[in-house]
Amino acid sequence: MMKTQKIVNSNDEPQPFLKQLSVVDWLYAFALMAAAAFAFSKYSQFMDIYETTFLFGAGITFSLLGWFWKSMRYLVPSVAVISLFSISLYQGDLELANQAFLLKYLIGSQTAIMWMNVLFVLSALTYWFALFKRSAFTAKVATTLVWSAVLMGFVGLMVRWYESYLIAPDVGHIPLSNLYEVFILFCLITSLMYLYYEHRYETKQLGGFVMLVVSAAVGFILWYTFSRHANGIQPLVPALQSYWMKIHVPANFVGYGAFSLAAMVASAYLLSNKGVMTASLPSLEVLDDLMYKAISVGFAFFTIATILGAVWAAEAWGGYWSWDAKETWALIVWLNYAAWLHLRLVKGLRGPMLAWWALIGLLVTSFAFLGVNMFLSGLHSYGTL
Amino acid sequence: MTSSKRLYELLSSMRFAVSVLTVLGIASIIGTVLKQNEPYANYIIQFGQFWFDFFEMLGLYDVYHSAWFLLILIFLVVSTSLCIYRNTPLMLKELKAYRENATEKSLRAFSHQHEYAYAKNADEIRPLLTQFLVARGFRFRSVQQKDGSELIAAKAGSYQRLGYIFTHLAIVIICIGGLMDGNVPLKLQEFFGQKKVEVRDIPANQVPKVSRLSVKNLSFRANMTLPEGATADVAFQRVRDGYMVQELPFGIGLTDFRIEHYPTGQPKSFESDLVIYDPDLKAPFKHTISVNHPLIYKGIAIYQSDFQDGGSTLQFSAWNILGNEDKPKSISGAIFKKVPFDEGNAQYQLEFNDFRKFNILNLSPDGKGKPHNVGANVTFKVRDASGQANEYVNYMQPLQLDGKYYFVSGMRSSPQEEFKYLRIPADPDLQLQGFMRLKSVLFDKSLHAQIAHRFAEKALNSDAARAATQNKFETSVVQLLGVFADGGYAAIAKMIETSVPQDQREKAAQTYIKIMTSAAFEAYQMAQERAGIKSAQADEHTSSFLQDSLNAMSDLFYYGAPVYLELTKFEQREASGLQLTRSPGKNLVYLGSVLLVLGIFSMIYIRERRIWLLLKPTSKTVLFAMSANRKNRDFEMEFERYQSQLNNLLES
Ligand code: HEM
Repeated sequence: MMKTQKIVNSNDEPQPFLKQLSVVDWLYAFALMAAAAFAFSKYSQFMDIYETTFLFGAGITFSLLGWFWKSMRYLVPSVAVISLFSISLYQGDLELANQAFLLKYLIGSQTAIMWMNVLFVLSALTYWFALFKRSAFTAKVATTLVWSAVLMGFVGLMVRWYESYLIAPDVGHIPLSNLYEVFILFCLITSLMYLYYEHRYETKQLGGFVMLVVSAAVGFILWYTFSRHANGIQPLVPALQSYWMKIHVPANFVGYGAFSLAAMVASAYLLSNKGVMTASLPSLEVLDDLMYKAISVGFAFFTIATILGAVWAAEAWGGYWSWDAKETWALIVWLNYAAWLHLRLVKGLRGPMLAWWALIGLLVTSFAFLGVNMFLSGLHSYGTL
Repeated sequence: MTSSKRLYELLSSMRFAVSVLTVLGIASIIGTVLKQNEPYANYIIQFGQFWFDFFEMLGLYDVYHSAWFLLILIFLVVSTSLCIYRNTPLMLKELKAYRENATEKSLRAFSHQHEYAYAKNADEIRPLLTQFLVARGFRFRSVQQKDGSELIAAKAGSYQRLGYIFTHLAIVIICIGGLMDGNVPLKLQEFFGQKKVEVRDIPANQVPKVSRLSVKNLSFRANMTLPEGATADVAFQRVRDGYMVQELPFGIGLTDFRIEHYPTGQPKSFESDLVIYDPDLKAPFKHTISVNHPLIYKGIAIYQSDFQDGGSTLQFSAWNILGNEDKPKSISGAIFKKVPFDEGNAQYQLEFNDFRKFNILNLSPDGKGKPHNVGANVTFKVRDASGQANEYVNYMQPLQLDGKYYFVSGMRSSPQEEFKYLRIPADPDLQLQGFMRLKSVLFDKSLHAQIAHRFAEKALNSDAARAATQNKFETSVVQLLGVFADGGYAAIAKMIETSVPQDQREKAAQTYIKIMTSAAFEAYQMAQERAGIKSAQADEHTSSFLQDSLNAMSDLFYYGAPVYLELTKFEQREASGLQLTRSPGKNLVYLGSVLLVLGIFSMIYIRERRIWLLLKPTSKTVLFAMSANRKNRDFEMEFERYQSQLNNLLES
């Protein structure tokens, strides 16, 4: 018996999750919780129960994230360190953002975001170059570019968050409140998801496609910044002063991001299916599977987001569902992907038809995301164009 | 197959479900494209009578409460319920079953199967296999076959099946909750004529029984507007082009409504101090609500939804604008009040509609500057004897426009139009008097001769010149002033057209304007003297003031009202807009939502897989077969992994 036991263990038996964690994993989690605890010990007198929960909730969430996806163990601390450094440079004075060298040219909020924009576009170009040149090294460079863009983006948001408090303590709020800010969030989340799948599926060939939407979003950010001067920090209208915003908005953008990612994969699928670039793209099976994974993740988070939205609406507007334009379009998007999932899962439908659908889904999604703010009126009147 | 059976088949079918989803989606779009629940007048203006009636018949002005939309929802509920009814037994069966009665023949027919030969003896192998399964999260059941071989049937992730039940149950629950809170009961009562929508604009207590909803009404979403200091125990439910009165089990009083502003001027918070008067309570209690912080009492949630004026009282100086008086009458009024007054020999009625204490405007010429608070304004109508009315918006303080200060009044003759603005220049001490004095002199023909004379004295400096032309000059100035007094620059322009040949008009116009400004300067001096104020000196401030004044006077002829109302004092009284809802379905909806999330996650992230291991001591072989209800890439990879792992395990 003993002998057999040994054989089995020497054999490739899967370890329980906690056993798989390395020392680094534990150190990472410990560091995060320690940081949270430190922040708490320092500022607890200013924090209410929600903020305390958010603080430690964040600690736990990011620990888990880092455990499941090791790269996070590098991103999260880097963002933290650089942001804190940048904040320390402000010395509590907004003006320094345009004077202190490092802030002006590297890690000030607006600057960091500009770097993010540049790096995203560069990464897109590099991915395409890598795709045509079939160069693994170039692809690696592209991936690095995306990572650094994400890093810069998050630093930018973090510092912006701090800046908002410098404007006036009661103006301060999490940077998720207008189109400019959520577009940055969109870029970041979409790219992160892509990076995750790139790592899971061990393929860098889709980067060019996904970074295309991200670059489009970057284009919007630039337009919004330079022609609309809408990159300023605005105080929150009363309706947005709610804790729900902090989870509703990100959840929504996991949805939007996933759907956009799926759509870009779908376009790759369609090209490959038509015999374009077939050789340099992953197999149709992989593309199809990726598309499904993205859409189901998106669907799950979009559902949560919509529900959170309803709960929030019940608090802010007096009804969990008011059929306002944004809500209704969220429903439409949701129904659309529900139908998609049905056909795939129940009818076992596969192939170009679903790919086309996912691609068109992007149109519906972007309308819900942008079009509503542009063309329709409603209660969601944050960030109009 | 009977037709009812066929109907059941259809309704519970996926095809139907997906079609309903699609239809629902498309139907919902309509309501987002066409603005919902507008006053019907707006729709008539927008579409014209014919289409208005047509669209009303289709219920397009409140799509989401129209009968046909409810019908779609009901179809969705029915279809989903039937679907659950139809699939659940299967799902539960799948959830429990191990399929331990699978035959070797059927296993060999699997697309994913592999056979191993092993060297060790069977009772050594068996624990290896079971351990292999357990370690990978499979639960198993084993049965001895007649031929002495043993079938180990295992499965993992069966709870995925619950996912199906949860998601779909959730849909049904959510829809039912929604329908409960929707206006279905009201619709039915309307349909059977027990309730009727009130369209007249009458006080709540005069609204007849058929248009009142009792305290018992299970679910409603109604609004009330409470002026500061007022109390009310009814709210109003908008229904299409009318309303219903919703009676409340308690009274609500508003002691104070507050708006706080950020340093930048945008609103920071809306708060209402409420008092609840409830017969069931010993004493009324106070509670402050604000956006995102409602009060929930006796199952009724009270929300801060908006605000408006609650009847602020106002004091005005009414300046006659076309006559020659330079003293204002004083008029007092209040928002929502109608004040009659007569000017000259005509009767008018002032109707005060809105008062705003703060107005955040961006007055910088390029629009790049910061918006800031320009102070109070009042919106009112002036209705003449024939019932014709123009609408006006007057700002209390002078506004700074490209460096100079003006009293601004917007005017329009119908709500569709944009406001056209009259800009009256403020005098050096930022008052209206300066302009009004000047106007009263310029519009007083009995003074024109005197103006002309003073002007001539200055203009013609040499005695010779005087002797020659003074009379001629003065008469022409008087004539010009007369024309201006009858119609401003427009009248002068007309005069030029009739009396001056084409090629000289340009020049004539310039001369006339020069003359008018200089004459106006004299008039201004006279006005100052009459008022006993030191005379103004002839600098560019004065001249730009005079030019602006002349333009303003010319515009006065198109102002449409006989007076300019200068807001001098106000006592603001605000009203808070409350929304009151009772939604018993809410908890159902939340319950459904939780189910939905659980369901979707288990559907997506739990993968049901089955493994069969047929252990055959006789042939010393193990037959490995695997299946999943969703054959995707993960499954393929898992199969290959297990296949090779079993290989190491058995053939080592
Ligand atoms: C508003 C209506 C409906 C919604 C929102 C909905 C939603 C869903 C969702 C989210 C899934 C899971 C897809 C996934 O695994 O990610 C699903 C699966 C499924 N739905 Fe629906 N559904 C609806 C109505 C129906 C109806 C009416 C039927 C009747 C046939 C149906 C049959 C199924 C079946 C059989 C599955 C697959 C279950 C499985 O294989 O595990 N659904 N549905």
